[in-house]
Formats: sequence, C-alpha cells, structure tokens
Amino acid sequence: MAVERFPVEAGHIMMFARSVGDPNPIYHDEDHAKGTEVGSIIAPPTFVQASAQHDPDYPLRPKIGKPWFGSGREPTGAVRSGSGGGGGGTGLHAEQHYVYHRPLRAGDTLTAATRLGKTWEKEGRRAGKLIFSESVTEYRDQSGELVVTATQVGVRTERPVGS
Amino acid sequence: MALRGSDLKPGQTYEAVVVDNLTRTQIVQYAGASGDYNPLHTDEVFATKVAGYPTVFAHGMLTMGMTGRMLTDFVGDGRLLSFGGRFTSQVWPGDTLTAHATVEDVGQQDGVSVVALTVRTVNQDGNEVFSGQATARVD
Repeated sequence: MAVERFPVEAGHIMMFARSVGDPNPIYHDEDHAKGTEVGSIIAPPTFVQASAQHDPDYPLRPKIGKPWFGSGREPTGAVRSGSGGGGGGTGLHAEQHYVYHRPLRAGDTLTAATRLGKTWEKEGRRAGKLIFSESVTEYRDQSGELVVTATQVGVRTERPVGS
Repeated sequence: MALRGSDLKPGQTYEAVVVDNLTRTQIVQYAGASGDYNPLHTDEVFATKVAGYPTVFAHGMLTMGMTGRMLTDFVGDGRLLSFGGRFTSQVWPGDTLTAHATVEDVGQQDGVSVVALTVRTVNQDGNEVFSGQATARVD
C-alpha cells in the first residue's frame, strides 16, 4: 500500500470515533479541545486504519464500474482468484501494532508507505494451515516527520474459522 | 485527567464495557468510516452463502478501536505511546465486550514516566477476543 495524500479531516475523525462508540469530545469539539493538554482535535488510536479511504488501489472498497465480490443478484458478484477459505480470499487480520510518535491532529496531511515484513506458517487446530504475513506502514506528516508506525499481521487459512 | 505514575501500582486494573449488544449497523458504520467494506463484515448473504460463516462478524479493527476507547479513557488524550495486540476470537453481532487494562510496570523511558499495560478484551461468555499491550506517558 502506498498513500500519497491522507488528509486527516475533522469530520472523518468524528465519524470514525462514532463508529467505534467513543463519545470523547476531543474527537469532535474544537472548543473543548482548545482547553486540553493536546490543544486541538486529535484522532483516536486506530484512526490511521482509515487511510484505506485514500488508497486508490485498496481492494476492499467497491470501485465505480467494476465488479464487486459482495452479493447483488447472486451471492457473489465476482470470482476472486487465490481464494483461501477464511477471509473470502482476502485473508484475516491476526495482529495489529501501533507506535505513536506524536498525537495525530485534524489538519495533518499524511503519506503512508508500506513494506513487507516476515512471513511464516503454522498448523491451525480448526482452519488447517495458517499462513501469516507482516507489513509495516510508516505514516509521515507534511514535514516528513514520522507520526505513527503501524505493523499489521495478516493470516490466510485453508477453511473458514469461527463457525 | 492524566494519570500520575506515583499513583499507579502493578496489578492495578481499569475496565470498561465498550459495546453492549453489538449491532450489524455499527459494523456497517465502522466499514463506512474506516473504508474496509469487506462483505464478510457487511453482507449477510456473502458471509453465509459464499464464505461459509454463520453470519457477518466485526472487523478486528472495530474490536481494537473500541478497546482503544477504554485505554484513552484510562490514560488520557494523546498519551498513548504504543498499542498493539492479537485478534484471538471473532466478534459477532449481539456480543457485549468488556476491555481491561492491567498495570504491569511504571518506569522511565527517555526521561519521561511510562506505564506499561496489558490489554485484554473479552465477550459476554468470558472468551478473549483481543489480547495485547500498550504503553502511555504518565505524569
């Protein structure tokens, strides 16, 4: 993943905070935020996940005019290649780790660059062979300073899990 | 608002119910805000008929995001230095999740006081859905 421009917008922060059920006014009330230690609206700890909105190639968003693998007239609208059971061929999210270098603020404009980390395999009890892969994303601000480092571990399984 | 390192003792805990009876609509709300529209989370027909699950389930990142609310309520705004963990079980519509933080250690890191926490989120049956760690700057 590479995101060339991820504008951190106050409205987006408000909607994201609502979606995780967090009513903290630091995520939507500028007047409140002014009187706090951080001094302005900041983003919740997992907000950089929403950089997907600004990734033109993000695979889990329907693209205008392109087939989508979710249901319409049929249970699925597209055959996905490389399907591997759990995750509908996209893999499941196994781990996520963030390192915060400074609070992320409304008004920041980030870039994100991802590099692949290690991969490994494990024999699962319920889902057959598990294939894990790590990716590390650095989010930098308008001055090129590192704001958040995110490490994601994905897993592909042979069979659906949790059923 | 911010925690004082001198007030924290290893073993001290903080907990919060971060969702009571998770709705499919909240999962859709998270899909819209995060941009992750994977139909496993938002599309009952796809999740059951194509992927073979009993119903849709929450994004791992929704569980982590809700868990993050407990953490920032505990340590204060803009105080987290790190937060991470594993998604250990799936979270389903109807679940009620309680997130727990336990103080492991309070120490100095680069001249500032830092609390190290273990983080655990469990469902209404006591099954763990998220297991991780966090560090935060304290006064």
